[in-house]
Amino acid sequence: MTTETINESLDDAHNDDHHDHKMTGIKRWLYTTNHKDIGTLYLWFSFIMLLTGGALAMVIRAELFQPGLQIVEPDFFNQLTTVHGLIMVFGAIMPAFTGFANWMLPMMIGAPDMALPRMNNWSFWILPFAFAILLGSFFMESGAPNFGWTFYAPLSTTYSNGSTAFFVFAVHIMGISSIMGAINIVVTIMNLRAPGMTYMKMPLFVWTFFITAYLLIAVMPVLAGVVTMLLTDTYFGTSFFDAAGGGDPVMFQHIFWFFGHPEVYIMILPAFGIVSTIIPAFSRKKLFGYSSMVYATSSIALLSFIVWAHHMFTTGMPLFGELFFMYCTMLIAVPTGVKVFNWVATMWRGSLTFETPMLFSIAFVILFTIGGFSGLMLALTPVDFQYHDTYFVVAHFHYVLVTGSLFSIYAGAYFWLPKWTGHMYNESLAKWHFWCSLISVNLLFFPMHFLGLAGMPRRIPDYALQFADFNKWVSIGGFAFGLSQLIFLAVVIKCIKGGKKAPAKPWDGAEGLEWTVASPAPYHTFSTPPKID
Amino acid sequence: MSRGNQNWLVGAWLLIVAIFSSSTWADTQLNLTKGVTAVSREVYDLHMLSLYICTAIGVVVFGAMFWSMIFHRKSKGAKAADFHESTKVEILWTAIPIVILIAMAIPATSTLINMENNEDSDITIQITGSQWKWHYKYFNENIEYYSVLSTPREQYENQNGSFDGNGASKGEDYLLEVDKPLVIPVNKKVRFLITSDDVIHAWWVPAFAVKQDANPGFINEAWTNVDVPGTYRGQCAELCGKDHGFMPIVVEVKSEEDYDAWLNEQHALTAKAADAEKASLNASMSKSELMQLGETTYMAYCAACHQPTGLGLPPVFPALKGSPLATTGSAVEHINVVFDGRAGTGMQGYGKQLSLKEIAAVVTYERNAWGNDTGDLVQTSDIKAASEE
Repeated sequence: MTTETINESLDDAHNDDHHDHKMTGIKRWLYTTNHKDIGTLYLWFSFIMLLTGGALAMVIRAELFQPGLQIVEPDFFNQLTTVHGLIMVFGAIMPAFTGFANWMLPMMIGAPDMALPRMNNWSFWILPFAFAILLGSFFMESGAPNFGWTFYAPLSTTYSNGSTAFFVFAVHIMGISSIMGAINIVVTIMNLRAPGMTYMKMPLFVWTFFITAYLLIAVMPVLAGVVTMLLTDTYFGTSFFDAAGGGDPVMFQHIFWFFGHPEVYIMILPAFGIVSTIIPAFSRKKLFGYSSMVYATSSIALLSFIVWAHHMFTTGMPLFGELFFMYCTMLIAVPTGVKVFNWVATMWRGSLTFETPMLFSIAFVILFTIGGFSGLMLALTPVDFQYHDTYFVVAHFHYVLVTGSLFSIYAGAYFWLPKWTGHMYNESLAKWHFWCSLISVNLLFFPMHFLGLAGMPRRIPDYALQFADFNKWVSIGGFAFGLSQLIFLAVVIKCIKGGKKAPAKPWDGAEGLEWTVASPAPYHTFSTPPKID
Repeated sequence: MSRGNQNWLVGAWLLIVAIFSSSTWADTQLNLTKGVTAVSREVYDLHMLSLYICTAIGVVVFGAMFWSMIFHRKSKGAKAADFHESTKVEILWTAIPIVILIAMAIPATSTLINMENNEDSDITIQITGSQWKWHYKYFNENIEYYSVLSTPREQYENQNGSFDGNGASKGEDYLLEVDKPLVIPVNKKVRFLITSDDVIHAWWVPAFAVKQDANPGFINEAWTNVDVPGTYRGQCAELCGKDHGFMPIVVEVKSEEDYDAWLNEQHALTAKAADAEKASLNASMSKSELMQLGETTYMAYCAACHQPTGLGLPPVFPALKGSPLATTGSAVEHINVVFDGRAGTGMQGYGKQLSLKEIAAVVTYERNAWGNDTGDLVQTSDIKAASEE
């Protein structure tokens, strides 16, 4: 920043959008180092990935509509489930949260931008290449990865279809992008808070992203390590995971889930931050138990490092290991319960209204809790032997990831759309989006509990006849849920193009620095930090 | 929310209730099986306990939420209170869950300790998973065999007429039936030693509450003690490649007398097969005999990967039609690949899965079907010779 712009921004603290110096056309987006532009890029990218991963899921559901093989071959079916999982985890949910972080963190802590803007640009722009490689492998002779998003060795090494190298390279790029994004979040929060904003005065949203970023920095290198071992096992003759060479395939699962379990909290802690911002706003009441929320989030993050093997109860662990991981996993219910109780207490004796962000947040609390209940049941090792690798697990993680993470993303998007675009979105169309999603998503995922309990394994392209009825309804729910997301696209496009002008603070109960700047938020905000008392 | 919205919601809810209560659901299983062992019943009780606890917590938490949503809305004139913390309440709702968790952990621990006690078994059976079948080997009995899906290909590929939606063209145990089930006696502690030849599989029979991964190069233990004779079905529960959905498990639990009779029958069959093998060494089969047996064997053992058309699924499963191995290459080389498999690929060795006669027939078939037309006839004695080299 030149001296000139500093001097000028001192003159007009919050609103210097007439000095934005942005390039025009595609160059603006390619070269941008502006946190709002990069946030927008992340959010659009993740939505495109959501539709892509959703399209794959709809082919899966079409195949599973009836018993028998109708549409796809079993091997292609495995490619679909694998890439669906990878796209949704690494392409849809994680970049969406990074988008929120980019847009909102600087505005919430009174910073002019992210601390490392050039790295910010780089961390976004490598992502499309990662997913181009991953999706491109569908069109290669080998086919796409077909070993599940958990890529257990030796199915992904000795017995893979030749897509392993592309898969590994794509995951490496995603990992580098995530690590850079996370470093940027940590550095921004630690250094760029407005004077007077102590850690315990930060909005809870900021806290959850701060903790998530630390989790990312801790576990993404583990993922990078395990995929590299996979690569050398497949192509360079090492035997990390091959018993014949002194390795152990179960060690793969230990390393993978040491990454994988914190990873699931990476996808849910920011969701906690979003709904903890929205529920108080529409209850017109302060968040109940702010400090216990901070401690609960931190304990969940710490516990996430000592529960990984609950994904592996059937691998033949010793009894002591099974007991240890069962107890630790059950313990997570305590801080998670505290969070849910705090949200309910925030609503209790509030003055509630039900705009779309609130509807999605309430649905989040209820449906995420249902996912938490099945999680608690899965924690009990003896019954996990029955649930493991069945549709019960599929139901569980879709309740926490779809009606959990994804619903919180929708809640946040509706909440801040007026700030991002300067227009109010169409409330009745948004309500259509909510109710269609809510009904179809439950038709889609709730019967999966019954399928799993009745004994249907996951990742199978065809099933025994007693599972036929439920699968039909699940598929109908799946198509309806997929199509409902197009309503969201319509709402967003309408909102960008026009609509009722949004005031600086469109929600009367909302709190936070982002509502002190105009709507749409000027290209540069808080060039001079605000004072917090 | 407007009145119209509410009517619409009620309508949708009624529709969902109607779907789930219609008579077609009579035979649909909703809950976990109680199973047929003491352990599986303990597991079922634990499942129900945790389900009831979760439901009760859900009623309280969601009840409080709906109470707020109904009575604390701004449109009803609710004014927001201004409390935002209470140490007493927060300690309470940290402590109560801990007590509930301990109440769940105690029965879970005792069940788990029981499940992991593999000592004092009466019978030991080694279970080996491979792509995509199970192999059972009875210790001290000299009985071992493969157990393969017996649902005809036409059924899952929907070849016999279009699928009518009711499953009428598919058998009752569609995808859950095998050629040779595992047979165990009732009321005996049966120990399973579980391993794999290739990727990770998982041996799961819900009625026994046994699910254990089959890891290549390692042996896992599990056990069961069934108290009701009958036929019990399960499936592989760990993604193991293309036909993961097509490697079911069937266990027949027999009374002690029936089990002994079955053992004797198996011993007799083993002896008979050895005699037949010996006899076939000296016999010479005609081309049509070889081709006929070869086709049946090929369809049962080879077609899953190399496909009925011989075109395979490249690049993982190569084509045999027109391939050098099955045309210009020597028959001995071809026999060796079928007999020993190819290390580091999905190609298993069939030397211990098929009789010498079947291998002879299948090699003949592969060298003459799909226009390969080498004219080579491979006899049982050729296989014997090649395998002893």
